[in-house]
Amino acid sequence: MLRIHNLHAEIEGKKILKGINLEIKPGEVHAIMGPNGSGKSTLASVLAGRKEYEVTEGTVEFMGKDLLEFSPEARAGEGLFLAFQYPIEIPGLSTINFIKTAVNEVRKYRGEGPLDAVRFLQMMKEKMALTEIDKALLSRSLNEGFSGGEKKRNEIFQMAMLQPKLAILDETDSGLDIDAIRIVANGVNKLRTKDNAVLAVTHYQRLLDYIIPDFVHVLYNGRIVKSGPKELALELEERGYDFIKNEISEAAEA
Amino acid sequence: MNEELGTIERTVLSDYKYGFVSDIESDDAPMGLDEDTVRFISAKKNEPKWMLDWRLKAYNHWLKMEEPTWANISYPRINYQDIIYYSAPKQKVNLNNLDEIDPELRRTFEKLGISLDEQKRLSGVAVDAVIDSVSIGTTFKAQLGELGIIFCSMSEAIQEHPELIRKYLGSVVPITDNYFAALNAAVFSDGSFCYIPKGVRCPMELSTYFRINAENTGQFERTLIVAEDDSYVSYLEGCTAPMRDENQLHAAVVELIAQDHAEIKYSTVQNWYPGDKDGKGGIYNFVTKRGICQGNSSKISWTQVETGSSITWKYPGVILKGDNSIGEFYSVAVTNNHQQADTGTKMLHLGKNTKSRIVSKGISAGFSQNSYRGLVHVSKKADNARNFSQCDSLLLGDKCGAHTFPYIEVRNHTGIVEHEATTSKIGEDQIFFCNQRGIDTETAVALIVNGFAREVMNQLPMEFAVEAQKLLAISLEGSVG
Repeated sequence: MLRIHNLHAEIEGKKILKGINLEIKPGEVHAIMGPNGSGKSTLASVLAGRKEYEVTEGTVEFMGKDLLEFSPEARAGEGLFLAFQYPIEIPGLSTINFIKTAVNEVRKYRGEGPLDAVRFLQMMKEKMALTEIDKALLSRSLNEGFSGGEKKRNEIFQMAMLQPKLAILDETDSGLDIDAIRIVANGVNKLRTKDNAVLAVTHYQRLLDYIIPDFVHVLYNGRIVKSGPKELALELEERGYDFIKNEISEAAEA
Repeated sequence: MNEELGTIERTVLSDYKYGFVSDIESDDAPMGLDEDTVRFISAKKNEPKWMLDWRLKAYNHWLKMEEPTWANISYPRINYQDIIYYSAPKQKVNLNNLDEIDPELRRTFEKLGISLDEQKRLSGVAVDAVIDSVSIGTTFKAQLGELGIIFCSMSEAIQEHPELIRKYLGSVVPITDNYFAALNAAVFSDGSFCYIPKGVRCPMELSTYFRINAENTGQFERTLIVAEDDSYVSYLEGCTAPMRDENQLHAAVVELIAQDHAEIKYSTVQNWYPGDKDGKGGIYNFVTKRGICQGNSSKISWTQVETGSSITWKYPGVILKGDNSIGEFYSVAVTNNHQQADTGTKMLHLGKNTKSRIVSKGISAGFSQNSYRGLVHVSKKADNARNFSQCDSLLLGDKCGAHTFPYIEVRNHTGIVEHEATTSKIGEDQIFFCNQRGIDTETAVALIVNGFAREVMNQLPMEFAVEAQKLLAISLEGSVG
C-alpha cells in the first residue's frame, strides 16, 4: 500500500529526513517511535504534502501511484488521512458543515456524486456512535473552544467519515489523559479492516497499549535505526531512547 | 447547506458575471451639470414646483460645498461636468402593467436573475427595478395595496403621494447634510418609496434592484421608507453594473423613518462593478444612508454585504430619538485587488434606554484597503444608553490593509459603551488542514471567510443569504495561493 524508499526531506535548508525506508501492507498497523526532534512529525507532514517541506531525494509509492506528485487535497482523495497533532480552529464554520464539504470533495475526486442529506445524516449518526462523539460538539465551530480530548476525538470522527486507506496518527495521544486515549484508540481500532492501514507516530509507548502495532520502528536522527515486533515498544519504554543511541554509537565504533 | 457549498464551488470559478451591457435605447440629458440640468430632470419627470424648488435649493447649496477628503480613500478628482445626470430607457410612457415593458429590458432583468413576471414569481419578494435613472416597474403592487402598503417608484410617489413626500423627504438626510447628499437631492432621478401603515406587518420582502447600464452616466437614486406605529417591513436592495474602463459615480440617499414600536430591517447586497484586477474602472459608491427611530421602542436594523465598487464611502446610521429604541448595524465589507472601502456606521443615542449594536467584519485581499469608521454618540439626555461594537478584520495576503477608526462620544455618565476589535490572517495552517481533508484552497478560503462573516450573514433574509455567500467567494477568487 505504502512504499517509502530512501526518502530525504528538509525544511529551510535543514535536513530532517535522511533516507527513510518503510513498507506498509493493507491490514497492518505500524508505529513510529523516537525521541523529540528525530523527524517523526516531519515524516507525517511530508506524506500529507505540507509544502514547507522539500523532498530532496527518494520516492513514495501509495496504492501503486507516485504520492509525491499529488497535491495535499488529491492525497486525501487517494485515501490518505492525517490526524493532526494540533488540529486547527476555524471560527464560524460548523464542524458538520466542514466535514460535509470534505466528504463531498473527496467523493467528487473519486468521481462520485455528493451524498444527499438523508444518507449523510445516516452516516454521521453511525460514525458518531462509533467514535463516541457528542452531536452538540459537531454543531459548534470547528475545534473552537474544544478541549484537547475533544479535538482528538473530532479528528478520529473525521477519519471515520472519510474512510481512508491509510491513516497517519501524528502524536494523537499527546496531551490526553488515559481515558481520552482509550476512547480515541477504541475509535481507531473499530475502523480497522483488512484493507486499510494505520501509521501511528508517537513518543510514548502508552498509546500502543490500546492500538496494538504489528511493527514498531525507531526513528533517530532522520533514519529508521531499528524495527521489530510490538515488544520493541515495551523495551523502549523500559530502557529509554538512550539504549538505541548507545547501540548506534557502538555500531559506528565497531 | 449542501446546495450552498455546491454554489460556491461553481461560482468561485466565474468572473464578474453581471458585466454585460444591454442594447437599450435611452433618452439622456446633455453631459454636465448646471441649473438647467436640474430643471431638465424635474421637467422630464413632470414634477410640481415645490419639488423643483427643493432641488434647486440643494443644487445651490452643493455649489458652495467642498468634496470631503477625510476618508481613507484616494482617487483622482471627479469632474462633475463629465457625467450624464439623467438617462432613461426609451419606452412608452405611463405603463399600465409590466407586460408592456420593452422586451430587451425584460431580458436584462432575466439575465440578472430578476423576473418581473409576477405570475412566475414564487419567492414572495416584491421588486422595484431601477435601470439607470428610472424605475421600470414594481411587482406585487396590487396585493400590497390591499393592506394599505405603498410600494412604488419615487417619481410616482411625488405625483401620487405628495403629502407624504413633502413631509418626509429630506427629513432624515437634509439637503445640506453632506456633499454627495446635496448632489443627490439636486439630480436624483428615481428610487423607491415605501409606506407601511399603522399596525401592518408587511407580508413579503420588499426589494429594489438597481442597474447602471448606460455609459458615462451617474446613478443618483433616492429611497424613502416610512413605517407607521406598530408596523414592520423588511427591505432589500441589490445592484450591479456593466464592466467599463472608466469610473462611474453612484451617489444615493436612503432615509428610513420608524414610528412607535415600528421595525425596519434594511439589507443591502452591494455588487457594483469593482474594476478589473489592475484597478481600472469600477463604480465610485458615495452613499448616505440614515434612519431615525422617531417613535418609542422602535427599531432599525441595517445589514450590508459590500463586495463591489472600486470605492465605497458609506455609513448607514441610526438616530435613536425615541425612548427604548434600538439601532443595529451588521456589515461584511470585502475588498480585493485595488478596491478601497471606508465604511461603518453612526449611532446617535438621544432617547432614554436606547441600545445599539454594531458588528463589522472587514475582509481585505490583494492590494486593497478596507477601513471601518464608526461613531457612537451618547447625548446628555440619553440616560442608560447602551452600545456594543465588534469590529473584526481578516487579511488575505500581505499587500492589503485593514484599518479601524472608532469614534466614541459619551455625554451622559449612565451610558455603557463597549468596543471590541480583532485582526487576523487566514493561516497557512488553516488552509493545509482543509487541503488534508480533500478541500482545495479556493473552497477552503470560501469556508473560512463565510465562517468569519457568519454572524452578519445570519441577519440576511433567507432568500438572499445564499446569493451573498456566493458573492463573498467570487469576490475573493484568486486572492490566495
